[in-house]
Amino acid sequence: MNKVGRSEIRVDAFDKACGRTQYYEDRIPANALYVRIKHAEIAHALVRSVDTSAAEAVPGVVKVLTCFDVPDIPFPTAGHPWSMDPAHQDVADRLLLNRHVRYWGDEVAVVIAENEVAANRGVRALQVEYEPLPFVLDVQKAMEDGAPQLHERFPNNILKHTSSRLGDYAAAIREPGLIKVEGWYDTPTVQHCHIENHGCFAWQEGDRLVVVSSTQIPHIVRRVVAQALGRPWGDVEIIKPYIGGGFGNKQDALYEPLCAWCSTQVGGRCVRLDCSREETFVSNRVRHAIRFHIVTWLRPDGTIAARKTESYSDQGAYASHGHSIAAKGMGSFPQHYPCPNMECDAWTVFTNKPTAGAMRGYGMPQASFADECNIEDCAWAAGMDPYEFRKKNIMPQGFHDNFSGNTNYYDSFRQCMAKGAAYIDYERKRKEYAADTGNIRRGVGMATFWYNTAVYPISLETSSNRMSLNLDGTVTFQCGETEIGQGADTAFSQMVAEAVGLKSYRDVHVKSCQDTDITPTGLGAYASRQTYVAGFSIWQTADLLREKILQYANEITRQAVACMDIVDGNIIRKEDGAVLMSLGELAMAAQYNPVHSEHLTAESTYTIRNNAYSFGCTFAEVEVDIAMCKVTLKNIVNVHDCGRLINPALAAAQVHGGMSMAIGYGLSEQLLFDPKTGKPLNGNLLDYKLSTFMDHPHLEAEFVENAEPTSPFGTKALGEPPACSGAPAIRNAILQATGVAIDRNPITPHVLFAEFTKAGLIHDDWREEA
Amino acid sequence: MYDMKALYEAESVADAIRLRLEHPEAQIIAGGSDVLVQMREGKRAGRELISIYGIDAMRGVSLDEEENLRIGSLTSFSHITRDPLIRRYCNVLGEAVDQVGSPQIRNIGTIGGNTCNGVTSADSASTLHAYEAIVELTGSRGVRRVPIHDFYIKAGVVDIRPDEIQTAILIPKASYENTFGHYIKYGMRNAMEIATLGCSVNVRLSADRQIIERCRIAYGVAGPVPMRCPGAEAAANGQRPTQELAERFARAIIDDINPRDSWRASKAFRQHIAVEMARRALTRAVELAGGELA
Repeated sequence: MNKVGRSEIRVDAFDKACGRTQYYEDRIPANALYVRIKHAEIAHALVRSVDTSAAEAVPGVVKVLTCFDVPDIPFPTAGHPWSMDPAHQDVADRLLLNRHVRYWGDEVAVVIAENEVAANRGVRALQVEYEPLPFVLDVQKAMEDGAPQLHERFPNNILKHTSSRLGDYAAAIREPGLIKVEGWYDTPTVQHCHIENHGCFAWQEGDRLVVVSSTQIPHIVRRVVAQALGRPWGDVEIIKPYIGGGFGNKQDALYEPLCAWCSTQVGGRCVRLDCSREETFVSNRVRHAIRFHIVTWLRPDGTIAARKTESYSDQGAYASHGHSIAAKGMGSFPQHYPCPNMECDAWTVFTNKPTAGAMRGYGMPQASFADECNIEDCAWAAGMDPYEFRKKNIMPQGFHDNFSGNTNYYDSFRQCMAKGAAYIDYERKRKEYAADTGNIRRGVGMATFWYNTAVYPISLETSSNRMSLNLDGTVTFQCGETEIGQGADTAFSQMVAEAVGLKSYRDVHVKSCQDTDITPTGLGAYASRQTYVAGFSIWQTADLLREKILQYANEITRQAVACMDIVDGNIIRKEDGAVLMSLGELAMAAQYNPVHSEHLTAESTYTIRNNAYSFGCTFAEVEVDIAMCKVTLKNIVNVHDCGRLINPALAAAQVHGGMSMAIGYGLSEQLLFDPKTGKPLNGNLLDYKLSTFMDHPHLEAEFVENAEPTSPFGTKALGEPPACSGAPAIRNAILQATGVAIDRNPITPHVLFAEFTKAGLIHDDWREEA
Repeated sequence: MYDMKALYEAESVADAIRLRLEHPEAQIIAGGSDVLVQMREGKRAGRELISIYGIDAMRGVSLDEEENLRIGSLTSFSHITRDPLIRRYCNVLGEAVDQVGSPQIRNIGTIGGNTCNGVTSADSASTLHAYEAIVELTGSRGVRRVPIHDFYIKAGVVDIRPDEIQTAILIPKASYENTFGHYIKYGMRNAMEIATLGCSVNVRLSADRQIIERCRIAYGVAGPVPMRCPGAEAAANGQRPTQELAERFARAIIDDINPRDSWRASKAFRQHIAVEMARRALTRAVELAGGELA
């Protein structure tokens, strides 16, 4: 292989650098009407009435639609593959607009207007009368008897509860001499903060609906729009142009169904619906805040006798991706630090807060935070160095998971850890920093994670693509896996060039824009699946195309198909390497042959029935200014085993982005709510402390390249893994620096102030006097 | 698209005053980094605007005939930071406004807007208070000069009359001469940030640098408007600069400031960091003045 494994320049680099890449907003017709949403300003209520008269009187307002106008067709929004088994289908709990308002920010009405100012004025002029209901914000309080109920079908607000059991926990903990390490760990509600807010525009063409959307999952959105509007699936066409990031927020049908419906209410005219940043924070999706309770029973030799984990996952107001996140997080515990006796439980619970959905890591950053806090505390309790403790207990080489079929073929964890420790100079710094006693204290810490690649066997894994040989010997490539900024198109180009036998990845023209009428059906960008799953179908389709090319070449060259190969864009004779003709010559000869004209093209679908473990770790170094309650991140490294790298520069870029997300998760990001009203307090980029360039040290990305045996390209997950282990590594570095174990993230100055006061590290005498 | 009723562009100070009298409901806009944000949020939607941004006479830093530092109200943060007179006489102000938002905001945002907005968190405000700046207002009846302390009436409200615009901010020679200051901004991140607390301290030392002749300290976000700390200043004035003094000085600010509890930060947290910031800012200011804490 020589086309993959190289740091090629992104295929979209030039257009993006020049600002000529087309995003959905660049494609909106000038005469499109504006749809703006009236969001509820109450956490839980029934809408009694909406007075639209003042809004309708605003010049430029075309139509006002309310929760009393929408079709009564509940629909699901999660970007999951459809399941033929009704028991595994996503919960259909959404309406286009809601009479039963379940969170501050829920959709109550829309104003459609000739321009944005009129639409906004119309929204401000709407008078909504509510019948207030009691609300609940805390995940465990929502489970209590008598708590306010969000959905009738789910008593105690429990969307789902699942468990897993291994061995006999109750018996195991009776072993004499065990050390109990118990903690409650809280992870926050955070938002994806992709650069481009979600938006879409829709119009009718004949009897059909066309929606252009900033989405990660065009084919799935097609199904959801059809379901929501009660239309046949073929009536809907979704077009996905370039998008400015998604991180999972756009792995949901967001406002595409509402936008499409609005078009049908104004005679099929083109309507646009663009989210503001404030709407993105509150009324799109957020990451599940999950509270964990972990009890670990240690033997004095540092082995783990038994473990119990409980996860309480805050779903917010609507089901969206639902229990999948908590379940995935729960599933990580028994495999991360295998132990013979385990009890794991996870609950996903509705609260009157923004809806949680998919977000980069899908439950793993939460689980990794809790797990790696508890494991760190176990190491301290056992009197062992945390690195040595992990080496002793972490998933061993050869470990096999029967459910996913995954095997830890190499000793990836220990290899990654060794590399990270070497980079950060772990052992020396650990010793040196232990001696710090002044106001400024330093520490190094680490954390690990594992991650599945794609969603088999929980859901369908399928990938389709089409390759067409152009008359100049280049190949046009289309697939359902989407470019969302991560560089998928470039990786696919390199893989196609490799599999077909082209001279350069530049000879592959990827159709970046998916159109569900044209593009082979695929599932989209999620689950760190794309490079892995596309690898199967690319290899399969390339084989079909190569076969057709060589068959045709046989007519011209009279050489047996078995004697020929395609190498660097030429058809060659294998035995002596003689160049018989170029692909361009062949394509011309085939297309313009007066008796046997053929457009050489191939298309196929591959059902992937494999999964693959991806591994990694973070090492972080901090400096803590105790009096100022401030942490400065001095140094951070992520090490990943994601198999063979298709494009090392793009892989490093993926890791840098994930590390940045993890830094914010660890130190600063959290969506806050007013406990008295349920109102979101900081849903904007000023008050929500997304970490900036100035908050990052150099981000070091390193790799252990153990080829994944199940992948034709030896590759596996990297999209989400970089976001998983950073926050607990920072927490553990703060623990080394200060001796204070903080069991919640983000570890903000407010948290440090409280914790340092409790630990006696800071002491404000005037507070006692007062 | 911004929801504005009309935009009037003033060509001169006199023109701006005329427009203010003709359109009493209109909002003055300079760089727009506050006004347009509020307009987008719907708070000032549908209003008329009077733009003074084109009045170049209100831009730039100079010394007047009494050698007071004169900063035109439209001078941007990035110009203030780079201005040679500011660097020479009041470098701390340049450092303070260099911590506003982002490079783009510092290029468009003006010191006049920063003060006229009347918010306690403005990065320029604590230093201007600590230097006892004078606000120059020009109206139909001439020029009025107001001490910055009196200019801030309450949160979001400043002393500008209906026919006036703020034309300059002055730092008197007696205020900046032989005086060295340091500003500490406490934020939750290192850029794109609004101050959780801002603390500006300046000192003038005796010729032998053994005595603090004058110490001034002011905070932003320690109360509804930026504020000085007279008790702490009194504790430091005329004293030898020592570690012990710095502790005493810092501790004294607790009785001077009045931070509030909000979801952005608790009162206890703000008090805690206020003391630490006072100690550090005084220490640094003394160092900048060529002294050293004994």
